[in-house]
Amino acid sequence: MAVITSLDALEAVKAKHIGDIELPADSGRTRVVVGRATCGDAAGAGPVYDQLKKDIDAKGLSESVELIATGCVGICQYEPVFEVYGCDGSRTTYVNMDAEKTAEVFEKHIVGGNAVSEYTIGPVSENSDAASLENTEFYKFQKRIVLHNCGVIDPEKIEEYIARDGYKAIFKALTEMKPEDVIKVMLDSGLRGRGGAGFPTGRKWQFAYASKGDKKYVCCNADEGDPGAFMDRAVLEGDPHAVIEAMTIAAYAIGSDEGYIYVRAEYPVAIKRLQIAIKQAKDYGLLGDNIFGTGFNFDLKLRLGAGAFVCGEETALMTSIEGKRGEPRPRPPFPAVKGLFGVPTILNNVETYANVAQIILKGAEWFASMGTKPSAKGKGSSGTKVFALGGKIAHTGLVEIPMGTTLATVLNEVGGGVPGGKKFKAAQIGGPSGGCIPASQIDVEIDYDNLTSIGAMMGSGGLIVMDEDNCMVDIARYFLDFTVDESCGQCPPCRIGTQRMLELLDKIIAGNGEMEDLDKLDKLAGYIQTASLCGLGQTAPNPVLSTIRYFRDEYVAHIVDKRCPAHVCKDLLEFVIDPEKCIGCTLCKRNCPVNAISGETRKPHVIDREKCIKCGACITACRFGAISKQ
Amino acid sequence: MKKQPTTVPFRGTAEQEQQLLSVIEKYRGIKGAMMPILQEAQGIYGYLPIEVLKIIAEKTDTPMEVIYGIVSFYSQFKLNYDGDITISICMGTACYVKGSADVLNEVASELGVEPGATSSDGRYSLDATRCIGACGLAPVMIINGTVYGRVKKEEVAGILAKYKE
Repeated sequence: MAVITSLDALEAVKAKHIGDIELPADSGRTRVVVGRATCGDAAGAGPVYDQLKKDIDAKGLSESVELIATGCVGICQYEPVFEVYGCDGSRTTYVNMDAEKTAEVFEKHIVGGNAVSEYTIGPVSENSDAASLENTEFYKFQKRIVLHNCGVIDPEKIEEYIARDGYKAIFKALTEMKPEDVIKVMLDSGLRGRGGAGFPTGRKWQFAYASKGDKKYVCCNADEGDPGAFMDRAVLEGDPHAVIEAMTIAAYAIGSDEGYIYVRAEYPVAIKRLQIAIKQAKDYGLLGDNIFGTGFNFDLKLRLGAGAFVCGEETALMTSIEGKRGEPRPRPPFPAVKGLFGVPTILNNVETYANVAQIILKGAEWFASMGTKPSAKGKGSSGTKVFALGGKIAHTGLVEIPMGTTLATVLNEVGGGVPGGKKFKAAQIGGPSGGCIPASQIDVEIDYDNLTSIGAMMGSGGLIVMDEDNCMVDIARYFLDFTVDESCGQCPPCRIGTQRMLELLDKIIAGNGEMEDLDKLDKLAGYIQTASLCGLGQTAPNPVLSTIRYFRDEYVAHIVDKRCPAHVCKDLLEFVIDPEKCIGCTLCKRNCPVNAISGETRKPHVIDREKCIKCGACITACRFGAISKQ
Repeated sequence: MKKQPTTVPFRGTAEQEQQLLSVIEKYRGIKGAMMPILQEAQGIYGYLPIEVLKIIAEKTDTPMEVIYGIVSFYSQFKLNYDGDITISICMGTACYVKGSADVLNEVASELGVEPGATSSDGRYSLDATRCIGACGLAPVMIINGTVYGRVKKEEVAGILAKYKE
C-alpha cells in the first residue's frame, strides 16, 4: 500500500471504499455484519460467522455479499447478532442466532430477499423498519459519537475507517492548525476526561504544552479496571483507529513524538486489533516519521497491564510503563510537568480520545451544543457518555447517551426497566470509586457535577442496576473488599483504613454490629478520603458512604433487628419450611448434607436451626416452593 | 487474592531457557522492559517460578527483590503452575449480583481445590477473576477458554463432568 501524503490520496481511499459501507442503490450488493467483540464471540458468534462464510463461498457469492466481523453492536443480551444491509438502504437486525438459524436466514433473506421475521429484533412489515436495531427503544434515546463506528465498520480494515472520514482530523490539525489552535478547540468543546474524574481535556493538554522539554509523551489509559465496565474494550475492539488518530493529534498539540497505549492484558481481542491498526497506520504513513509530509513524527507503542486496578490511576500507570510496581506517586509534580520517565506527559482515557477527531473535524460548537451547559451548579458536561449497562436490567448492553439525560430514561426507556416484576432499588455508578443512586434520585440528569452532588460520581461508565433482592450492606462490602484487595499498600490510610472498614462491615453482616459502628465507619471514611495518596484511597469509602446515606434503614435492620431485609446475608437468615406447602416428599431431607431436616413421609418437615449450615440445597431440591429464606 | 506458592516441581527445559535468554536479549537497552520480559517469560513457562526469576535477575542485573516485588504486585503474574484444566469464575459486579460466589463455592467443593490454587496432581486450577466484561452473560465461568454463561449452581457438576476424563 502506498504512503498517504495528501488529502487527495486520503479522499481517493475513501472514494474507493465508501461503497463497501454505504452500498450504492444499483449495486445489487449486500453487506452482512457480525458482532464479534469479546462478548459476541463468548455468546457464540464464531460459528455464526463461519456458517455465513461457508454459505457465501458455496454459492459463489463473495463478489456480491460482503461479510464483515465488526466490534460491539451494543445489545449484549441478544448476542450473537448480525445485521444485513441491503443496497436499497434497508437494515435488518438478527438476534440470538446460531449456525442453524443463520443457514436459514442465508437462504431466505440473503439469497431470497425475504427477511425472516422470526429471528429479527422487531417484526418485519412493509411500512415500518421495526426489524432494524435503529428503531428500537434501546436505540432511540442514544446518540452515537464515541461508538459511531462500532458495529458498523470492519475494525481490522483501515480503509473502512478512512471511508468514514478517518485520519482527516489529523490532516486538518497538521496542515491548517497550530498546536495552540488544537488546544483552543479542545478547551472550547468542554470535553472532560471520561476516565471518571472529569478534568477538562484541553486544560491537561495546555499544561503539557506549556511545560518545557525536548521529550514529551502521550499516553492512553486502556486499563479498564472497574468491575462491570467494558466501554473502552468496545471502542478498542470496534474502532481502534479512532484512538490512534486522537493520540497523534494530542502529540502534535503538546509537542510529543512518542506515545504508549497501556492496555489490559485481559483484553486479547482489543490488543490484537490495536496491533493490526498500528501496523496499518504505519504502512500508510499515518503513524511514524513525516506524517502527511509535514515533518511531524509520532511513534506509538503498546504496553500490557498485568492486572492491577491501581494502575488506572495516572501516576501508577506511568510507573507501571516504566517497568516497576504500579505504585502511585505524590502529586505535584503533576504528569504534565513530570510524568513518564520524568518528562512532561499527558494521559487520557480511551473514550476521551474517541471524541477528539470528531471535535477537530466538526468544531467545538458542535460538541458543546450537546449535553449540559455551565450553570451555578457546575461547569457543565458537554457531549455524550457511554455506559455499560448491567445487572438487574432487561436490556444489558453498551449505551451512549447525551449528557443531561435522566437516569430514569437510561434505566426505564433504554434499559427497559427491571425484569421479573421486581422493584428497582438502586443503580451503582462509577464502580468501586462511585456510589449507589436510590430510586428517590432517579430523575437526576446525568452529568459530572450532578452525580457528585448526590454522593455518587460519573466514574468510567459502569452502571449496575440492583433490585429488591440485593442487600446494600453486602454490596458496600463487595466493593470495599475489592479496594482492600487492590490497594497497593503504599500509604497507611488506604492500606489499613479500608481493611478496618471492611472488618466493621463484616461484623455488621455477621449480626454482631452495634449502632456506634456506623459512626466509626463515617469517621474512618473521612480520614481515608482526606489522607490517602491517590484517587483509589480517596474514593474507596464512597460505596459505603452512599449506601449509609440512602439505605441507612438496611444497616439499622442488620444491626438492631439482626435481620437482612433482602435475605442475602447468610448469618442473618433462617431457612423455613412452610407447612402449608410442604407435602412431605422427603426430597429436602435426602438432599440436606448435614441432616438438619426431619419429618415423616407425607407430613410437613422442619429444619433444625442449630444444625442448618444455610447451604441452600433444600431450596434447590424442593419442587413445591415450600422452603424460603427469612 | 493472596498468591499461593507452587507445590509442583520445576520442569523447565533447556529449550525454554534458550527462548527466555533471547527474550531478555531482545529487550536489552529498552526503557521499562521488565514488565514485557516477565510477561513473555510467563508465556514461555506458563508461570514464574523462582528458577525463572533467578535467570532474569542475573541476566538483567536486577536485584531479585525488585523482580519479586513486581511479580507479587500484579495479579496476572503467576507463581503457581497452572493446572491442565483451568477454571475461572468472574467476580465482576454483574456476575456477583447474579450469584457467581455460589458457583465458585460449588466448583471449589466439587473439585476440592481452593480458589487461587492448583490441585497437587497438577490437574485443576481454580481462580476467581475480576470482571471479564461479558456482563450480559452473568454469571460467567471459563474452563480452558470456553465460556459458560448464565451458569446456575446446580449446573456446575454437569459442566465439570465433561472435564473429568
